[in-house]
Amino acid sequence: MAIRRGRGVAAINYPTGMNLGGDPTQALVHSTPTGNFMVTLSSVDLGQGMKQIMAQICAETIGVPTDRVVVDTADTDTGPHCMGTFASRGTHRAGNAVIQAAKEARQVMLEVAAEELEVNASDLETDGQGNILVKGAPQKSISIFDVALSAHFKRGRSISGRGMFLIPRSYPEKETGAMKPSTCYAHACTVAEVEVDDETGEVTVLTVKNVFEIGRALNPKMVEQQLVGGSWMGISHALYETTEPYYPNRDHGGTDFNQYLMPGPGDLAETQIIVLERPSADGPFGAKGPGEMCANPQIPAVANAVFDAVGVRIDTLPITPERILRALKAQAPN
Amino acid sequence: MAKVPVQFTLNGAEKAEFIDSGTTLLHALRDKIGDTSPKGGCHQGTCGACSVIIDGELRLSCLTLAETCNGAAITTTSGLSEGGVLHPLQRAFLDAFATQCGFCTPGMIMAAKVLLDHTPNPSRDEVVEALSGNICRCTGYEPIIQAVLTAARSNSQNAA
Repeated sequence: MAIRRGRGVAAINYPTGMNLGGDPTQALVHSTPTGNFMVTLSSVDLGQGMKQIMAQICAETIGVPTDRVVVDTADTDTGPHCMGTFASRGTHRAGNAVIQAAKEARQVMLEVAAEELEVNASDLETDGQGNILVKGAPQKSISIFDVALSAHFKRGRSISGRGMFLIPRSYPEKETGAMKPSTCYAHACTVAEVEVDDETGEVTVLTVKNVFEIGRALNPKMVEQQLVGGSWMGISHALYETTEPYYPNRDHGGTDFNQYLMPGPGDLAETQIIVLERPSADGPFGAKGPGEMCANPQIPAVANAVFDAVGVRIDTLPITPERILRALKAQAPN
Repeated sequence: MAKVPVQFTLNGAEKAEFIDSGTTLLHALRDKIGDTSPKGGCHQGTCGACSVIIDGELRLSCLTLAETCNGAAITTTSGLSEGGVLHPLQRAFLDAFATQCGFCTPGMIMAAKVLLDHTPNPSRDEVVEALSGNICRCTGYEPIIQAVLTAARSNSQNAA
């Protein structure tokens, strides 16, 4: 009987969004009279940072600072249609829709500015700070504030745009069954080091080293936050969490937070996160969906590390002490 | 049944309410007084989201009867900022990206405040111990631990 150490590695790819008979998200963008911009969505921000990212995407596209954009989310009665915040699709689908809407609004904005400056709209550019300048002659400029006032009170224009991003439905090929459930995949690899007590079956995760390839990190600090939390959740899924430990038998399932196990702040593995940025072909500014994939590779990596440590293959989650002890017993020569 | 009068100070302001006997402090704060910073997660004292400070002690407002708080001084997270300036803990949570969905955050900040009130320069183990009654689903805890340690350092710099 001893504490045995093991190391496991796992690599995954993970789709951004899923194709359920067509996968659309729509967005509307309009300016207020003072040149702030509203993004209207039905996509939900449940803490992953959707509002911040959509504000950044809209601001970057129109050419204003991010704090000039207000994002209104998640009234599915009144907002433009969104399939939902699931399958790590929010940034990718809604972001693309916001870019399209913001481009249309930007075009109207430039047309109004062109009338005010008596130049051609195609000769104008934005400075990202809320001003519109004549290319090559930046001394000739107008603020977006003044452009919005002009549009609203003088020229009768609506500085607004409609955005739509649709992944069309993919039908399986009759011969092969092949289909295209997603157009964009994120990737990850994890190395986990564990200690397994072969007397008690208890697993301690010592370290997890994660590499995530997530396209472009549109907000690097928020990406890191997502990945650190996700890595922890992956370990939690691997070793602790279940509502039905003897599924399909419902006995001994947790009924509240007392009995639903998750690692607490005292049970953290030493965690390393490395982000690889390889911009995706069809993502907004190259983004992919890092939301759920970050909690996946730890699970097979921990299972492999347990196998490396004590030589038993646990193929049912979570990898509880009981499952390890039963497997060790089944494996032992009589 | 007759309502019961209850009187206490909440973040320095006097409050008086008539409540049904048996009302929890969490219910009284959120639904009677309108301070929604304490969150109702489990309503049975296991998640820590409802944590408040009563007379300097960390308490679970979901397990505290409001009528036992007569004359008490109660602090919630909504009372921490002063004149629009965030409390060092709130600042540190923001800077460390220690909040995602935000549901556990007020309870975490209450637990951290009581720790720092008693132990201005805590070790990492002391921070972990202080937060161990609070559940977080999003962050993996590490950013929260770092935020509390950062707030402790900024407190001690201000004091110096």
